[in-house]
Amino acid sequence: MSEIVHVDYTTKIPNNVDLANDRQVLKALEGWHPGYLDWWNDMGPEGFQESLVYLRTAISVDPKGWAKFDYVRMPEYRWGVLLAPRDEARKVNFGQHLGEDAWQEVPGEYRAMLRRLIVIQGDTEPASVEQQRHLGKTAPSLYDMRNLFQVNVEEGRHLWAMVYLLQKYFGRDGREEADDLLRRRSGDEDAPRMLGAFNEATPDWLSFFMFTFFTDRDGKMQLESLAQSGFDPLSRTCRFMLTEEAHHMFVGETGVGRTIQRTCEAMLAAGVDDPTDIAKVRALGVIDLPTIQKKMNLHYSLSLDLFGSEVSTNAANFYNCGLKGRFQETKIDDDHRLTTATYPVAKLVDGAIALVDEPALTALNMRLRDDYVNDCAKGVERWNKIIEKTGVNFRLELPHTVFHRHIGEFKNVHATPKGVLLGEADWARVRDDYLPSAEDGAFIESLMTPVSEPGQFAGWIAAPKVGIDNKPGDFEYVKIAA
Amino acid sequence: MSVLNAPLKQHVIDPEICIRCNTCEETCPVDAVTHDDNNYVVDASLCNYCMDCISPCPTGSIDNWRVVSRAYSLDEQFSWGELPMQEDLPDLAGEGAPEALEDEVGKLLEEARRGLGGKPVAPASASKPSVNLYNRGKPATATLTGNFRLTAADADNDVRHLILDFGDQPFPVLEGQSIGVVPPGTDAAGKPHAIRLYSVASPRDGEKPNAGNLALTVKREKGGLASNWLCDLQKGARIEVTGPFGATFLMPNDPAATIIMICTGTGSAPFRGFTERRRRAMPDASGKLVLFFGARRQEELPYFGPLQKVPETLLRKHFCYSRAPGQPRVYVQDAIRGEGAALAELLPQPGAHVYICGLRGMESGVDEAFADICRHAGIDWAALKDAMRGDGRYHVETY
Repeated sequence: MSEIVHVDYTTKIPNNVDLANDRQVLKALEGWHPGYLDWWNDMGPEGFQESLVYLRTAISVDPKGWAKFDYVRMPEYRWGVLLAPRDEARKVNFGQHLGEDAWQEVPGEYRAMLRRLIVIQGDTEPASVEQQRHLGKTAPSLYDMRNLFQVNVEEGRHLWAMVYLLQKYFGRDGREEADDLLRRRSGDEDAPRMLGAFNEATPDWLSFFMFTFFTDRDGKMQLESLAQSGFDPLSRTCRFMLTEEAHHMFVGETGVGRTIQRTCEAMLAAGVDDPTDIAKVRALGVIDLPTIQKKMNLHYSLSLDLFGSEVSTNAANFYNCGLKGRFQETKIDDDHRLTTATYPVAKLVDGAIALVDEPALTALNMRLRDDYVNDCAKGVERWNKIIEKTGVNFRLELPHTVFHRHIGEFKNVHATPKGVLLGEADWARVRDDYLPSAEDGAFIESLMTPVSEPGQFAGWIAAPKVGIDNKPGDFEYVKIAA
Repeated sequence: MSVLNAPLKQHVIDPEICIRCNTCEETCPVDAVTHDDNNYVVDASLCNYCMDCISPCPTGSIDNWRVVSRAYSLDEQFSWGELPMQEDLPDLAGEGAPEALEDEVGKLLEEARRGLGGKPVAPASASKPSVNLYNRGKPATATLTGNFRLTAADADNDVRHLILDFGDQPFPVLEGQSIGVVPPGTDAAGKPHAIRLYSVASPRDGEKPNAGNLALTVKREKGGLASNWLCDLQKGARIEVTGPFGATFLMPNDPAATIIMICTGTGSAPFRGFTERRRRAMPDASGKLVLFFGARRQEELPYFGPLQKVPETLLRKHFCYSRAPGQPRVYVQDAIRGEGAALAELLPQPGAHVYICGLRGMESGVDEAFADICRHAGIDWAALKDAMRGDGRYHVETY
């Protein structure tokens, strides 16, 4: 342990927040670091901590410095504290403080609210690492394994980013919260992670790709809204995190895309015309498109729950106080106060789904979720293009936002993916048509055999079109037994 | 868009690989990246090839290029489902080949070619150059492995021979091409320093054959930021380099080509490359090499010593000293006039190539000298010069 304690932080932690001259925060981070490494070793990727992984590391926040690729052992990854450059002229861009100078310190009256926002965001970062920790063992290729680990170390860095804010700006409370972020565990009965989707298991690689596509995309929307914050250090932190989050979207979108590609190719090669002939398609050793649709239904609906209640006073307060804005707030053309505006919210009215105008201020969760839905829909369309190109007759579709919800307006009703409301008995009968069954899960799991030969891929997934960092197809992205 | 940059190497994004994450648009310092509901695209009229967007892109879709005679419009790019194939263009090393892909460097070269009086054209037998493999955003890093003073210790001028080693980084150059040097740090306004161009002084296979290095000839300029920095560098220093640049001021490969080289000072750099190329690759070439080299005095003439060792059969040397003690002032144009009859006979021949490189001040004197000797021979120099330029046989690079 002494080695870890005596790490020279000024060189070991890349940072652009002048940690060397911020002794108090430095000390707090020093106190936290051994616990973090313990957590990483206990709960991080299982079995590959000694492998050399071809990772990108951010060493500065300018475009040239933040994507340096090299082999590194994950526990030696340089988790840094990196904030986007400060814009001296930046203002609070929404809410009642609109037009004031952005805050460099936490406004006393918003301390609790801000801490809550940061803790919720911070809690998701280590959670996903925990959820994905067993996946290395079944990676369909070294390329995919490397992408998984990249996602993992960056989620780790995002935890650092949030912990830095807690320790720098929230004193003793912040330090306690930082410790708690290492104490909670995904799926733990006594100390679960704070948000539902982050306590679900990620049992297989299709789930991982769906998670990075759908759930990390919620993360992207949340980060983007927090990047609008009037509290400048939070804004700058999230702005830089967004650049990393893009890689996670990439892993998800291309992972599912390559799975679809391989399925369609295998069907064509075997002369299987009917994509719904599940037995025939599965016999080819690929994941049938209807099952991919079911996985989508599951992960999409769980991710929608992360946006919280459609109508929310908390969200209104966050906005009004200038702490959390809307997606791309500064690009929206309105008064940025929302004192009189309304926003249509989907609600259950007399047993039917209807759009009801609500004050825009309280409907901010709904609005962010709509932005999210649009973003997801574009990705799904690109998957459909892959299918179209192969000539297979099938379309993937996002289910209705009413489908399979546990939070918000529709948590107490059942509905089909088309949005047709169902009674309890009907739902029980059709559930497995719309959500992955235990049998579906077992089939997918049966395909999860690891492939660790450079340039080779498991039979259920196509090779990517281009390598990471422009590397050739047979590049050894992970040196497992290094 | 400058003539030198047509055809254009257009930055495009592969819509099949792009995931529309917005990172490039967020990163681009000149707002050249934009999007619609379908695609993210690059505005060719705004992109300055800074490459800031390349490494942040999580997908690699951003790193795509098409050489085009007419840039794809935004609307065309918005409509793409996949990247169009590279269109067939006429020989890129021929007429109109881009000398540089970055406007910053393109403008420097355009300025250096001003004395040409028309569009620069590469010699017909020149090899195809690689251009702009490295740029400001993605420079090559060279290690300085040699730094020798070429001028005498008591000379007013400090001209140096620098050797840059590129290690494993491929940096293919042809004789006559330049490289860009990026001085470290920023100017008073906090902006990165402008790129300086230096002609390569070694032949294509390197200062030492096939060792991945090249040579530069650098003169210490009074108050010059880059030249003083370079001249003071110690062995082992790291230098950020862009390029290679230039697609017209190139050496003809044809061994029958006679090459007339006129230079002052560090303008001798490309001609050292030409001469070494001939010496190494075609020592028995039927074409001649003729050098007119001006300096204030012998002690200030770069490479005087090594040049003495090059036999006259390979290189006819005419040294011209304008400040040699006790001697009349001789300028390059005087030496040209002295060879008037031979040159007048040579110039109209299809194998004759003229290269002028050095201080801008020499241009008019040399031009007048050629006009004089042609007039004597009943040749219209203006017309001949235009024809030679059009054939890729007349080249100017002055500063």
